[in-house]
Amino acid sequence: MELQKFQYDNKTVKWFAYATMFWGIVGMLAGLLAALQLCIPALNMELPYTTFGRVRPIHTNAVIFAFVGNGIFMGVYYSLQRLLKARMFSDFLSKVHFFGWQLIIVLAAISLALGKTTGKEYAELEWPIDILITIVWVVFGWNMFGTIIRRRERHLYVAIWFYIATFVTIAMLHIVNSIEIPVSFWKSYSWYAGVQDALVQWWYGHNAVAFFLTTPYLGLMYYFLPKAANRPVYSYRLSIIHFWSLIFIYIWAGPHHLLYTSVPDWAQSLGVVFSIMLIAPSWGGMINGLLTLRGAWDKVREDVVLKFLVVAVTAYGMATFEGPMLSLKSVSAIAHYTDWIVAHVHVGALGWNGFMTFGILYWLIPKLFRVDLYSKKLANMHFWIGTLGIVLYAVPMYWSGIMQSLMWKEFTPEGQLKWQFMDTVTKMIPFYATRAIGGTLYLTGALFMVYNLIKTIKIGSFLANENAEAPALEKVYSTHGKEHWHRWIERKPVQMMIVSLVVVAIGGIIEFVPTFLVKSNIPTIASVKPYTPLELHGRDIYVREGCYTCHSQMIRPFRSETARYGEYSKAGEFVYDHPFQWGSKRTGPDLARLGGKYPDSWHYNHMLDPTSMSPGSIMPSYPWLFDDQIDVSSTVAKIKAMKRLGVPYPENYENIAAADMEKQAKLIAANLNKDGISILPDREVVALIAYLQRLGTDIKNETKKDTLK
Amino acid sequence: MKFINYLESMTGVGIYPLTSLIIFFVFFIGVMVFVIKGKKEYFDMLSQLPLTVKQKDQHTLNTKGYDEAAH
Repeated sequence: MELQKFQYDNKTVKWFAYATMFWGIVGMLAGLLAALQLCIPALNMELPYTTFGRVRPIHTNAVIFAFVGNGIFMGVYYSLQRLLKARMFSDFLSKVHFFGWQLIIVLAAISLALGKTTGKEYAELEWPIDILITIVWVVFGWNMFGTIIRRRERHLYVAIWFYIATFVTIAMLHIVNSIEIPVSFWKSYSWYAGVQDALVQWWYGHNAVAFFLTTPYLGLMYYFLPKAANRPVYSYRLSIIHFWSLIFIYIWAGPHHLLYTSVPDWAQSLGVVFSIMLIAPSWGGMINGLLTLRGAWDKVREDVVLKFLVVAVTAYGMATFEGPMLSLKSVSAIAHYTDWIVAHVHVGALGWNGFMTFGILYWLIPKLFRVDLYSKKLANMHFWIGTLGIVLYAVPMYWSGIMQSLMWKEFTPEGQLKWQFMDTVTKMIPFYATRAIGGTLYLTGALFMVYNLIKTIKIGSFLANENAEAPALEKVYSTHGKEHWHRWIERKPVQMMIVSLVVVAIGGIIEFVPTFLVKSNIPTIASVKPYTPLELHGRDIYVREGCYTCHSQMIRPFRSETARYGEYSKAGEFVYDHPFQWGSKRTGPDLARLGGKYPDSWHYNHMLDPTSMSPGSIMPSYPWLFDDQIDVSSTVAKIKAMKRLGVPYPENYENIAAADMEKQAKLIAANLNKDGISILPDREVVALIAYLQRLGTDIKNETKKDTLK
Repeated sequence: MKFINYLESMTGVGIYPLTSLIIFFVFFIGVMVFVIKGKKEYFDMLSQLPLTVKQKDQHTLNTKGYDEAAH
């Protein structure tokens, strides 16, 4: 058997490692700024680029796609080559992948700061970037499959299964959720509307967690944990069951983000059932990880890498127990829209993804630079300060989340709501401050790591191409009769991908098809009319400023909500909402029935200085809306796009839309003038007021009997 | 591009969840059978994959690292 000589590519691994460190710090800084803005509103700086509504998407996108994304690629490029005993398929593709991904991140940061957003959480990037993501993702897949096909190891280790499932599922999720009609180069409308948009979005949103933050990191766990502990995984059998049941079940669970909303009840129930089932494979994976260390726990005391990995796997276990619990309708009724959810995701992000990445970096950088870690003491300090940071982050958020929810729901003996919404906000401030301290500690720990690793890199010498040798993979030929059965094995990786795709596609198809095709699922309401052109512009401003990051537009059918906000939301009210704006968090009150609640002048003053109308408010002020003009040049394109999406504007309406818009704007300006406010009707705030005054008014004053057809 | 409501009501769509349940159940049983019937040595071999580094490879790796990019 002839041994083939080849070299592993460490350079790409190194680049991705640097990128994950750099973007990790950037993402955490953005998160810290957002956290501080909630207790010190002045930090919004009265600039469009630095308001919470834009900083929050920058934070989430940076942490998910830049920090964790580069972390995934770092781990995949290192482990894939070694598991397959082959160099990455093409150095050129590796380069295109690396620089392409960094370009996407930079474009994302700039465009989000400029307010170019689709308004769909974790999928905010506009269509040109969506296309770029697709291309770079295909390059990644091409490079990965090329390597698999050229491998010198017949068997695909379970980590690679997770990588394949990640590749194929993210491709599917990204494409389906990003279907949108471009209005201009930096503006598009989601193809889906209302309930359908919500269902697709949370199918995407939930599975972005599943297939971007979980499955690739489970693959990394199955490689790096045995490596670091120098012992095989506890049960390989369990890992097979873990893999298939996890990817099959995960894909169904999306509707648990939409419990008690206007999504059809059967879809909600389906989401709940599969979410509960999800405990089994998740904990199977966690147990498999932790039991790998059986009989080696003494090592955990010594080895900082194992410390990080153990806490990461434990955090995974906690988050995946909590997730199914939160999916129970009765728990969701309390937790949804509150900081409880923020705590939940940060146990996952800081604990599972963060600590896993740190553990791998501490193991990998000394390996790549052929030197011992600069300071074990400093790494241990990072571990403890990071752990403390997670606790100080999560505990106040759990506490405040439950407290705020109970305050929202509390009635006086006379049957009145006990608390004004503002009371519940001011009570949150100390908790927000404590959370920011927790985040600061975590960030400090990460900075320790960066310093420690830079020092390590300085004293080490980097090995760009690592020599290795392995026998070539022999073709297996059947000796008896049946022809070509071996082909199945040869093609296994491709078959693997196809089976994975089928497995993950089933859940989505079964949830979408009835919602899209069955009439009774979205009852139409005759009085619900398309937005006027001015309202449409206002809505786009609402999306641009990221109002949905703090305000929901979805009143659940609870007495505490109908008493506070008005009649609960109906599926038929959202049929023209491209994209839907239900939101997922109530840092501020729900806005679904805001229309007509306050005079125009209230909104005017509120946008200029929120505390003038609501003392104690932590909302940023939006002074630029009073100077900037409405972008009238885009009106025709916007109406045309909406018509293509099936919104029933009259024929040739785009030609008279501008005149309609002017008329409505003048009315609002005149109305404001009566209250002693002088504003030109072409200012953005006028459009925003038009939209806010429209919200939820379509079915006001109508009985349910009249409205449902 | 509008979504058309092809079906008037939910009657009969019960077939979707039923089909999916059957698919999942059959698939899951198949995986279980594969896992239970598989030989221990086979799975042990698989679980060693990340750890197998030949002595010779290890030697090369530790001593003769060829650095193309450094200079």
